[in-house]
Amino acid sequence: MTLAITGKVWVFGNDLNTDAMYPAFAMKMDPPEAAKHVFYEVRPGWTDEVSPGDIVVAGKNFGLGSSRPVAALFTELGVAGLVAEEFNSLFFRNAVNAGLPAMTLPEATTIFSEGDTGTFDLGSGAWRNDTTGATGSVPRLPDLILDIISSGGVLPRLAAQGYLPAELGDLLRSSTVAIRGAGSGA
Amino acid sequence: MGMTIIEKIFARKAGLDRVSAGETVVVDVDMTVLIDLQFATMWLQPLRIHDPDKLAIVMDHAVPAPTIKDAAGGPLARKFAAQFGIERFYDVGRHGICHQVIAENGLARPGEVLACTDSHTCAAGAYNTAARGLGPAEVFSIMCTGSTWFQVAPTIRYQLEGIKPDTVSGKDIFLQIANEYGDAANLNLEFGGPGLASIPMHDRRTIATQGAEISADFSTFEPDEVLASYLNDRGITGHDAAAADSDAVYQEVRRVDLAALEPYVARPGTVSRNGLPVSRIERQKIDQAFIGSCANGQLEDLEIAANILRGNTVATGVRLLVTPASQAVYREAMRLGYLQDIADAGAVITNSTCGACFGYHMGVVGPGEVCLTSSTRNFTGRMGSPDAEIYMASPATVAASALTGYITDARSVTA
Repeated sequence: MTLAITGKVWVFGNDLNTDAMYPAFAMKMDPPEAAKHVFYEVRPGWTDEVSPGDIVVAGKNFGLGSSRPVAALFTELGVAGLVAEEFNSLFFRNAVNAGLPAMTLPEATTIFSEGDTGTFDLGSGAWRNDTTGATGSVPRLPDLILDIISSGGVLPRLAAQGYLPAELGDLLRSSTVAIRGAGSGA
Repeated sequence: MGMTIIEKIFARKAGLDRVSAGETVVVDVDMTVLIDLQFATMWLQPLRIHDPDKLAIVMDHAVPAPTIKDAAGGPLARKFAAQFGIERFYDVGRHGICHQVIAENGLARPGEVLACTDSHTCAAGAYNTAARGLGPAEVFSIMCTGSTWFQVAPTIRYQLEGIKPDTVSGKDIFLQIANEYGDAANLNLEFGGPGLASIPMHDRRTIATQGAEISADFSTFEPDEVLASYLNDRGITGHDAAAADSDAVYQEVRRVDLAALEPYVARPGTVSRNGLPVSRIERQKIDQAFIGSCANGQLEDLEIAANILRGNTVATGVRLLVTPASQAVYREAMRLGYLQDIADAGAVITNSTCGACFGYHMGVVGPGEVCLTSSTRNFTGRMGSPDAEIYMASPATVAASALTGYITDARSVTA
C-alpha cells in the first residue's frame, strides 16, 4: 500500500458519526451491499457517485460512535483515503488497521472544495490542493502507525507473523477483502 | 512532574518509568474481549493466539440470533472457544451485554488494560481500568499478539465536589457535563475528587460508558473505598489500582458541584451541547420508552424503574421496553420482584442483549416516532428509522415518562 494518495475530494461537514456511515440495518448485509448505505441519510445517492481513488474530506469529530468497521465500507467503495480536521480516535484506528490512509488536517474543509484534486503524503506529512495550488504539511505520524497502514492493515501483518495462514496474506491485502476477516463490532 | 491515571497505567504496561501526553506507547493488554458480531461476518480462525486466559468471548449484540447471518456466527464462536480452550466464554444463557459481563466476572481490574470490540468498553473505566473500544481487526490482532499501541492523549480532570442528590443519577451527571462542555475528541477523561464517594458504582459505570458519546479516548475513575469494597464483595483481588499523582499534568481541571445538579435530558441527535434540565423541557410526547444497555440496564437501574412503576400503569399508546444488562441481572431482578413490578405496569421485558440500543432488534422505532431512552446513544437513526427522534434521560425519568406519556420529571411522580 502506498502512503501517498492523489484523488478527487468529496467534502463533508462536522460530527459525521458511524451510524450515518454504517447504519445498524446495514450490519445485517454482506459488506458490498452494506457499503451502498454509507451516508445514506446525510447524502443519499453518494455511493453511486463516488469513484475508485476518490478521497473523503470531513470536518471535526469525524467518526464519532461505534467500533463497527466503517473503513471496510470505504475500502469497498474504492475510497483511497480519509482526511479530516479532527478524527474520533476509534475511527482513526479503524482506518489505520484497515490500511486506509488517514490524515488529520486542520482547516481541511476550508482548504478543499468539493471536486478539487488533492494529494496527501502520509510518509512526509505533506499535502497539496492540486486545483488551487495551496500546499502545506502536518506532523508525520509515528513510524509504528505508518507501518501498519503501508502493510495494508493489521490482518496482512498477522498473516506474515504466522497468526493467520500465510496464503491469506495477499488476499487480506487486496482492497476488496481487507479487514473483513475479523468480522464486525459495535 | 507526575502522571494521570491513564499515563500511570500505560507506563506500567509499557515497561516505562514515565509516560506523558503526545507520546505513542506499546502496551501489554491484560484482557481482550471478543463479541458475537465478530464471528458473524467472515470470521477467520487464527492459527495461534497469545494467551487463552487473557481472552473472553461474550455473546451480546445479536442474541438470540435475529438473522441467519448472526445465527451462523454462533457455531464459529463455540468452535473457536473449544479449540483454543477459552474458559471465559459467555454463551447464550450465561451471557449479557459485554460491559456488564466484564464487570460481573472481574475481567476489568484496577490498574490494568482491557480491550473489547465495542465502543462502550470505556465503561470499565469505572473500575480504574484503562479500557476502550477498538475495531474488530485490532481486537483480533491483540488476541493474537497480546499488545497494542496508544497515542497518549491529554487528560481532562473532572474534580467532583459536594454530595450527589438521591434524585440525580450517573446519567444526569453525564448529560449535564456533555451539555456544558461538549465533545472531547482525542482527550482522556478522569473523574475523582471528594464528591466521588457519593456516586455509587453503577452510576460511575453509566458515566464512564458514555465517555464514548463525547468522543473521548479513555474515561477513568480514581480508585477509592467504594471501589475497593465493590471489588472485595465480589472476590476480585490481587490488583494494583492506579491513582493520579498530585502533580499530574492536565489539559484542564473542571470542578463539578454535585449538589447543584438535577435530572437532565438530551435532545435528539447528540448528547453534546444538546441538553436541558428535565424540569424545563416543553411537553414532549413519547411513543417508546427504553431502559437498558450497558449504561443503564444494571440491577440498580431496574430497581429505580420498579420503584416508580410499581402499582402504576404505562400510558396508553406508549411502549416501555426494559432490557436487563445480563442474564445475571435478569435473574436477580426477577428474584427481587423488580421484573414482576415492571411487567405488571405494562412494560415488555426483553432478554439481555444490545438489541434495541443499537437499533438492530428487539424494538426498533418507526418513522415519525419519538423514543425516550435510557441507553447509550441518541444519534439520528440509531434505534431504527432516521425519521424517529431519540431523547435520552435517566431510568427514573424514562419510567416516569412512560407512565404519563410525555417527558416527565420523576420527582413530580414520586414526590
